[in-house]
Amino acid sequence: MKIGTPDELRSFRESIVAQMDPQKLCVRICMTGCRAYGAVRIRDAFLEEIKGRGLEKEIDIRETGCHGFCARAPVITIDPRDIFYQQLTAEDVPEIIDQTLIKGEIIDRLVYADPATGEKFPFNADVPFYKNQTKNVLRNCGVIDPRNISHYIARDGYAALSKALTTMTPEEIIDTVEQSGLRGRGGAGFPTGRKWRFVREARGDTKYVVCNGDEGDPGAFMDRAVMEGDPHSVLEGMLIAAYAMGVEVGYIYVRAEYPIAVEHLKIAIAQAQELGLLGEKILGSGFNFEIRIKEGAGAFVCGEETALIASIEGKRGMPRPRPPFPAQSGLWDKPTNINNVETNANVPLIILKGSEWYASIGTERSKGTKIFSLAGKINNTGLVEVPIGTPVRKVIYDIGGGIPGGRRLKAVQTGGPSGGFVPEEHLDLPIDYDTLQAIGSIMGSGGMVVMDEDTCMVDVARFFLEFTNDESCGKCSICRLGSQQMLDTLTRITQGEGREEDIELLVELGKQVLDISLCGLGRTLPNPVLTSTNYFRDEYDAHIKEKRCPALVCDALVSYYILAEKCEGCMICLRNCPSEAIMGGKRMVHVIDQSKCTKCGTCLSLCPTRFSAVVKVSGEQIPVPEEPIPVAPRKPKAA
Amino acid sequence: MQVTAIDQGKLEQVLTKYEGQEGVLISVLQEVQGEFGYVPKEVIENIAGALKLFPSQVYGVVTFYAQFYLTPRGRNTIKVCEGTACHVQGATSVLRELKTKLGVAEGGTTDDLKFNLESVRCLGTCFLAPVVMINQDYYGKLQPRDIEDIIKHYD
Ligand SMILES: Cc1cc2nc3c(=O)[nH]c(=O)nc-3n(C[C@H](O)[C@H](O)[C@H](O)COP(=O)(O)O)c2cc1C
Ligand code: FES
Repeated sequence: MKIGTPDELRSFRESIVAQMDPQKLCVRICMTGCRAYGAVRIRDAFLEEIKGRGLEKEIDIRETGCHGFCARAPVITIDPRDIFYQQLTAEDVPEIIDQTLIKGEIIDRLVYADPATGEKFPFNADVPFYKNQTKNVLRNCGVIDPRNISHYIARDGYAALSKALTTMTPEEIIDTVEQSGLRGRGGAGFPTGRKWRFVREARGDTKYVVCNGDEGDPGAFMDRAVMEGDPHSVLEGMLIAAYAMGVEVGYIYVRAEYPIAVEHLKIAIAQAQELGLLGEKILGSGFNFEIRIKEGAGAFVCGEETALIASIEGKRGMPRPRPPFPAQSGLWDKPTNINNVETNANVPLIILKGSEWYASIGTERSKGTKIFSLAGKINNTGLVEVPIGTPVRKVIYDIGGGIPGGRRLKAVQTGGPSGGFVPEEHLDLPIDYDTLQAIGSIMGSGGMVVMDEDTCMVDVARFFLEFTNDESCGKCSICRLGSQQMLDTLTRITQGEGREEDIELLVELGKQVLDISLCGLGRTLPNPVLTSTNYFRDEYDAHIKEKRCPALVCDALVSYYILAEKCEGCMICLRNCPSEAIMGGKRMVHVIDQSKCTKCGTCLSLCPTRFSAVVKVSGEQIPVPEEPIPVAPRKPKAA
Repeated sequence: MQVTAIDQGKLEQVLTKYEGQEGVLISVLQEVQGEFGYVPKEVIENIAGALKLFPSQVYGVVTFYAQFYLTPRGRNTIKVCEGTACHVQGATSVLRELKTKLGVAEGGTTDDLKFNLESVRCLGTCFLAPVVMINQDYYGKLQPRDIEDIIKHYD
């Protein structure tokens, strides 16, 4: 069936909505992120039980994208009451059907309880993690079945396209996007409307739009969630952009590690084509558009726009100098607009609700909402959407639930390898493009990795340099060799061979790499080093001057000891030591041969907590016997 | 080299599908690797010929992208995430354990062709950190001592 006109789209929507019964029981299961936690088994259990009891007509099972609260995976929501169950197993399913779906009772055990207060929250709308968010771009994620275009259309999907094609000129669309204040979500924050205008005004008949779904920053999974959970919103954004710029062909470049995203996008494209929402004379207008998918092949630098273009052309993904900007000469040397996945997904909302509505959210210079992925040392890992300008603290504590195990937060890493650290003292700053830049980090694409006292900042800086050094394409010598020098220096420091002048050297070299490199990879790779030497100088000093790693992370600077007064000679660590570095025998105090120890930590993790005989230290020596000695008789414990 | 192992017919099929099109080298390599499990050195000239490129250009692309391999691969691929979230949650010790247990370096293949060991930068499942993916299965919140049990299930 083809939808040929805006009116047909409207009546199609009305007929879908009319067939839907909002009071019908529906179990929404996250089948993307939660798949890693066994969501498939849960779905199968539901389908089987429901079939076995002949309840197919009464209960819908809907496979959705990410609900957001990944820390509690696998999760489900039961409509119409909005009941939220978490950390499920397939064994819970029969009980859910009996108690909740049939009798309407809530199963206490499956309800989310706030770890701090113990308070229970049976409904999504009350859970602090969700309550403090503003889900605009993620409005469909976790709600609709992303493989079913009807679900998207029922929730005003493609209404923005219809409005744009029938009531707006391309110039009006560009004006609207410009007035909305939307800035690119891929990291650099360039005003989207202005970029579109460049492409629209560029000379040439053939032009392209490219959607950047490379999402290379480690610790970031926002774009993955959008592509997997609401792929049509990306297509609709691209359609509107293409119409505004006079483009007939678009590409989506998806990274190789996201097979579900590729699958869902392909299904979405096929369904949109079938309904005539992609193809020729879309909705009866003169506008033609097709979308092709390109899968990445594993290279971080291909997220950079000129490298990405080279990669789509089938070449080595190496950046080239700009100008000419892709807006003048991009894919196959034609004017090309590149936008990030999330940027595209914002567009339908702006067209549908207007630029004023959009600009009312956010800060003076950064409008709208932003999706962040929370990971690392935080209780509520997952996906979070908040108005730009929300303080970091609110995201980490009110939504993220704070740091596990009562540990103290040390810093929040934002912007991936191009970004930096937001230390504890700056947590009350609003998250927006300009504020984070002012303290040496960037908002970036939205990955937030939380670090606590057990994270060594020198080690993390080294980790990022290893990453960028590995991913440097090698074109600029300063990036290729400078990152290598910085990495070698940092590695030396973490191995206890740092020199006093190293920090100055790192900062100086970092500034040169930043100034001289061609593309954003080199121009930002020193950031993690520059911000960490600035905010965590004491940790560098401890490594260099005292040969001590305060967080007990750097292997070369830590040692494990078995305390003679606590060891019971139980043999557990001795038997399990992978490098056979532990000497001793039954009822003999065990001793670690420091020359054989590889610092794997197995002994520490296996020593029974009632003994707690193994300690990990840095910068100090614990007096222990040189050889195993018999376990001394212990005084009976006082009652 | 095992020239006999290459099914010329399958190669031809892929090449005919893309012949004469521009900018399809990466897609061709992805299909060839899908077919053979790796990009055999001997097919590079054929690919170059069909796409009107120099063999050096094909080789350049194969070696630029982490996804392509020039040597036969093991039956199961272990991807250890070394992204930021996994790193701060102890991925290094998980990787070290895998290297010891399998006796291979990163990027290596075990002699019995059972496992490839790779490290990747973020699988996009940071809430499972530290995470390892074996073929299509995820294993999350790992400790080094979980490894032995997990790899037993593969053959
Ligand atoms: C090294 C490097 C990696 C990048 N990776 C990505 C990425 O994974 N996803 C993305 O959308 N933009 C990435 N960018 C930014 C793009 O070059 C480009 O600015 C962006 O896709 C433009 O879209 P936007 O204006 O909608 O943000 C990267 C830039 C650099 C320098
Ligand atoms: S950092 Fe390991 S999955 Fe993201």
